Amino acid sequence: MFVKIGRDQSRFKQIVRGKVRENLRKYVTHGEMIGRKGRDLVSIPLPQLDVPHFRYGKNGSGGVGQGDGEEGKPIGQGDQEGGSGQAGADPGAHVIEVEVTLDELAAILGDELALPRIEPKGKSNLDQTRPRYTSVRRSGPESLRHFKRTYIQALRRQISSNLYLPHEPRIVPIRDDKRYRSWTDILEPQANAVVIYLMDVSGSMTDDQKEIVRTAAFWLDTWLKSQYEGVETRYIIHDAAAKEVDEETFYHTRESGGTRISSAYKVCANLLANQFPSSEWNIYCFQFSDGDNWGEDNEKSLQLLRETLLPQCNLFCYGQVESPYGSGEFLRSLSAAFGEAADNLVLSEIENKEAIYDMLKQFLGKGK
Amino acid sequence: MATVHFEALPNELASLQAQIESYAERQGLDFFPTIFELVEADELNAIAAYGGFPTRYPHWRFGMEYEQLSKGYHYGLQKIYELVINNNPCYAYLMKSNSLVDQKLVMCHVYGHCDFFKNNAYFSQTSRKMMDEMANHGNRIRRHMDRQGVEEVETFIDACLSIEDLIDIHSTFIKRYDPVDKYNFDQTDESDPPPVPKFQSKGYMDSFINPPEILAAEANRLRDQRAEQSKRFPVEPTRDVMLFLLEHAPLKPWQLDVLSILRDEAYYFAPQAQTKIMNEGWASYWHSSMMTRMGLIDEEVIHYCDHHSGTLASSPDRLNPYKLGIELFRDIEERWNSGRFGKEYDECEDFDERQNWNRDTGLGRQKIFEVRRIHNDLTFIDEFLTLDFCRQYKLFSFGYNPSSNAYEIESREFPKIKQQLLFNLTNVGRPLIAVREGNYKNRGELFLEHQFNGVELKISWARDTLVNLYRLWTRPVHIETVLEGTSTILSYDGSEHKLEKSGDRKS
Repeated sequence: MFVKIGRDQSRFKQIVRGKVRENLRKYVTHGEMIGRKGRDLVSIPLPQLDVPHFRYGKNGSGGVGQGDGEEGKPIGQGDQEGGSGQAGADPGAHVIEVEVTLDELAAILGDELALPRIEPKGKSNLDQTRPRYTSVRRSGPESLRHFKRTYIQALRRQISSNLYLPHEPRIVPIRDDKRYRSWTDILEPQANAVVIYLMDVSGSMTDDQKEIVRTAAFWLDTWLKSQYEGVETRYIIHDAAAKEVDEETFYHTRESGGTRISSAYKVCANLLANQFPSSEWNIYCFQFSDGDNWGEDNEKSLQLLRETLLPQCNLFCYGQVESPYGSGEFLRSLSAAFGEAADNLVLSEIENKEAIYDMLKQFLGKGK
Repeated sequence: MATVHFEALPNELASLQAQIESYAERQGLDFFPTIFELVEADELNAIAAYGGFPTRYPHWRFGMEYEQLSKGYHYGLQKIYELVINNNPCYAYLMKSNSLVDQKLVMCHVYGHCDFFKNNAYFSQTSRKMMDEMANHGNRIRRHMDRQGVEEVETFIDACLSIEDLIDIHSTFIKRYDPVDKYNFDQTDESDPPPVPKFQSKGYMDSFINPPEILAAEANRLRDQRAEQSKRFPVEPTRDVMLFLLEHAPLKPWQLDVLSILRDEAYYFAPQAQTKIMNEGWASYWHSSMMTRMGLIDEEVIHYCDHHSGTLASSPDRLNPYKLGIELFRDIEERWNSGRFGKEYDECEDFDERQNWNRDTGLGRQKIFEVRRIHNDLTFIDEFLTLDFCRQYKLFSFGYNPSSNAYEIESREFPKIKQQLLFNLTNVGRPLIAVREGNYKNRGELFLEHQFNGVELKISWARDTLVNLYRLWTRPVHIETVLEGTSTILSYDGSEHKLEKSGDRKS
């Protein structure tokens, strides 16, 4: 039997992809809507792909159920958005989750923001050899023994020497039968990148601002991972002093101290010097702060940035999150100090979640 | 082109079918000839996505449906067991990968459905050649797509789908108004005074029982009413919005064709929505009865029980129509077998006596066959859901509590539960909407009314629906409804939405 569902399915997918494209802005700013699934799948819930109808609103979404329980016992959660009430009695209103791989998502992001592909620096001198297991040899370590080939060889030998009994098929490989996997070395251009996030966790950064940083970091990661083979991510937090932390700590620490941006720059510089020499790594730094810094620290920070960090980084991005407490001084100092001079320094002001979109465009638009 | 070729059923299943069919006949089931098709899981998902019709017109929502079904299937979350089409002959699909006991069960279940399709009154007006008609619909829409472009036709279909539930599900039985004949010019003269109804009376009492001044006032009222009505268009509010658009919207011939196809299909599918509980209940009643009496062999019992209880499982937030249906049919059979009906039983207030009531009437079978013939879900629940049944099956009503953002059990009182269930079933759980004015403000604008019954519309969707409606009507569209207790008119004029509160409070 012949059923033409394929056409409708691809039509639907087209529309969905189209939707993703059209509404990307919305999804970018609703980072929490994007559930990360497994290693490289994200699910994007797509509400209201249904054709709209006249329907009852939430106060009509009750129904009749069956089971135990007192009056007032909750039996199901209402949904978060409020708009699209999913009613127990109304099977029509469902939310679809469309799964998109991170690569697809990055491609969509690239298209939407018209991002240039990144040209890794120093391509020619960052070569690296890699083993590829493509052939078989007669000698090698036991750990690389090719089990199947070995037994096939043994079977062949036994048959040809008439040792093989079909009613009692017992195959015993001897030394000569053994076969081992073997490799050839392939020269590959290495394109590794390290992404370092620096964040101000002093008292003036609120949870809202951290949410912005988190969403921004998700999209930056997604894009950079689509551009490089191996991406390392490091996190540095600072108030008056700085330290390297893991991701969890990075997003959940809250200190109350003052702010010394230079301390973070120092940690970052050490990290680069010890682990990620710029001759071997493409380096990306993203700094998020509310722009408050101790007055006398500015000079020191600018100096560190100019002399140590900027020469090593592909890109150094400073995103200033608008805060009810911060003065926003630092952005002005940076732009006064560097202006247009440093082309691998990008500054951006992030007023709210909506502005993440523009920030991504600014940060990644340089193609570095 | 899109002809459907099926392979013949393998021998094992064919003989099983013959066996089950003859048993079903002996049980009194009366069905159309039934054709079983054996298909792969993916095919079954595809056919199910098309609502059972492999040759249906192309549209993305079938693709979406398929995407969900096949994902659900491949992730092992769900599986379609049975799919049966109301048609003569009835088509039913069996999944190739199912075990034999499942195929048996599905066959028994299918005969229940076929019997229901053939005999239930609400299906009596549906086309029994829908397989062919759907194929024709598919061809017509494909042809329009070839001529007008896929995008154009698809967008139009999307707009029509927005109002696909705005039909009058009872209109196939009730004649709402006489068709107006455009070419009949000698209709009643407008100037003829309408006859005034009078109370019957003896001559000498006439001037007292029918006082002349009252008669004169009544004559005036009738004249005004007629004048009012003749100005109105449509004369009475009409619930078949799709028909109204077909007759009066400024659509191109291909658009009219598409709209009429969607309307036909909406009417074809309506009875299935109207009888979900009964239909599934009836089919489950029969698969259970047939499997346990003739179909099962010892080794299959566990598998059958597992499957059967899976079908009938209910969760607190969703009433399973299979479960409710089968238990109600069993309850009815039981009650009519023991004579627990009628005045004497209803008026009996002695608990013990009611519990042990048995008059050996033995009318159960006869009664359930009658019920499956004349009822739909709404009347079925209204007539047969009893207090005892509610208690026994622990039914409750639930509602949304905005303060906790959760659905909560609201009540275990019988009248409330019944009312809630009846509300969910009224007009298939959709708001009642009718065209009140086709020439609103004398500017050719469309005015709909939401016949408010205490539950508000979902405004975001209502707005989007108006946008689609505007595409069909091409002039501003309005709907009157009630929001937060105030009568409100939502409007869309092609560029912006308006929300106008009229100010009168309605409760």
